[in-house]
Amino acid sequence: MSLANDYASVMARKGEIMKKSVGIDYGEFESGSIAFDYKKMMQETSYTLEEMQKIQLDAHVGNTPIIELRNLTALARKCAKPGFGARIFIKDEAANPSGSFKARRAANAVYHAKKLGFKGVLTATSGNYGAAVASQAAMAGLKCIVVQECYDSKGVGQPEIIEKARKCEALGAEVVQLSVGPELFYKFLLLLEETGYFNASLYTPFGIAGVETLGYETSIQFREKYGKDPDAIICTNAGGGNLTGTARGLEKAGATSTVIGASVNLSGLHMASDTQFNKKSFTTGHTGFGIPFSTWPDRSDVPRSAARPLRYMDRYVTVTQGCVFYITETLASLEGLEKGPAGNTSLAAAFSIAQEMPDDRFLLVQETEYTGAGKHIQPQLSFARENGIKLFFGDPKDEIPGENLVLPSHPSLIKATDVDLNRLRKSLIKAALNSVSAPPTPEDIRFLAEETRTDESFVRAAIEELEA
Amino acid sequence: MIKKGEWVLIRKTILEPHERAPQVPDDTKKVPLIMWVKGRLQADAQIGDIVEIITQTGRVEQGALLEANPTYRHSFGEFIPELLVIGDQVREILFGGDAK
Repeated sequence: MSLANDYASVMARKGEIMKKSVGIDYGEFESGSIAFDYKKMMQETSYTLEEMQKIQLDAHVGNTPIIELRNLTALARKCAKPGFGARIFIKDEAANPSGSFKARRAANAVYHAKKLGFKGVLTATSGNYGAAVASQAAMAGLKCIVVQECYDSKGVGQPEIIEKARKCEALGAEVVQLSVGPELFYKFLLLLEETGYFNASLYTPFGIAGVETLGYETSIQFREKYGKDPDAIICTNAGGGNLTGTARGLEKAGATSTVIGASVNLSGLHMASDTQFNKKSFTTGHTGFGIPFSTWPDRSDVPRSAARPLRYMDRYVTVTQGCVFYITETLASLEGLEKGPAGNTSLAAAFSIAQEMPDDRFLLVQETEYTGAGKHIQPQLSFARENGIKLFFGDPKDEIPGENLVLPSHPSLIKATDVDLNRLRKSLIKAALNSVSAPPTPEDIRFLAEETRTDESFVRAAIEELEA
Repeated sequence: MIKKGEWVLIRKTILEPHERAPQVPDDTKKVPLIMWVKGRLQADAQIGDIVEIITQTGRVEQGALLEANPTYRHSFGEFIPELLVIGDQVREILFGGDAK
């Protein structure tokens, strides 16, 4: 008997499809209320750091260089008060096989799929993760399908995503492209059912643990070369996996670096809007993912996301689109390094945050991404102009996402703006309370304190505030 | 006429406007969810015909035939002169006037 394929029927089969395609019974970690056993999930379903290093070494992933950006640091010091301007470094993750840190997540997922005997892997992503899975699948001899949200309903595509599709196809993957809308997940479930492939989700324990090597490796490289860990590390934050994995890796190395998340500010633009889709110049690394995935990680494509950024974030900042474009051009002009803009989100934040830090401190931006046609400041700014976005020099404070792009008229105007973490924490607590009908148990309170990196009194006060 | 076996791009409606998810914003609810996918054409056809293809992973898909040998047309876009201004500005601030 064939199954009903309408939206509601397919979504109702989600749990069953997921269990089969990820090979994890998430029910084992559930408490029956808000709390679930995150530590147990990460321990029992993942690999040890040593195993991951071996998997990634075999797949030519990792051991990427750390580059000190001396000229960019000097420029930041020109904008800072005397004695300030931390040394800025980047970890050149573009040197991975598929051109981004996502190769780390994909290496683990594809290794795991092959070990479990799956014939192919499927992933839903419009980002660099698609090419990463395609690349690893090519090496492992597995089939690969990448499902992308790429075009508006008129068939006009984001140049950055079109390039990512080309790269996936170049690496032998099938690319299924969709117009705007969250029902991408519906088509994704149908494809999982049809093919029986492994769900190489970005949010499984193996995917997130794959990034732990990045944090660990960074700490070891710094200690070898400079005799200490970086004082602060900035991670571009979207779905939360980059920050979560990096922070967990740093913890495993015993590093106590401050972990800062950074997203491009796209406030005011609705991510599921067909008419606003092509009004933005960033398709990842932005607040449209960063904020909702921080405050409710379980909105992802697995029942329990392993990416839980509020557990690890010391600070969260936003930067404007214009500032990221400016810093991308500056990186090319002053450092001779041409990289993709989205990966430079945290670099724009670093340029500002370095100025708050004394000049003997080390500040690391933990990723870069590849660049090319479509995925480059030139075509992305050109596309913005074609879509009626006004581009001009001025104060980035005046940028309105979807209306204009303000290139800073001077680098001293590049500012990282702090997001109120307590507001996000309270929002997570609210979402958690709304997800169940019963009042929170003592275990739930403890869990929410861990989820928000606070304590039980913070959680209780937040609950009282919500009830008031 | 596009021959059987050629590499083609098709377009298919996955959800009609009235079938869309309840949470989508109003502008998105007015339009269908569309899919584009590539594969080998299974019978001779004309552009616009509803055809069957076999995709790269061996799946069968049906949809309207859009293009044979679909070409990547993304590029570096129109030149953006503002980028020259940024490069000149940061070199000027850091190295002074003659460093261009």
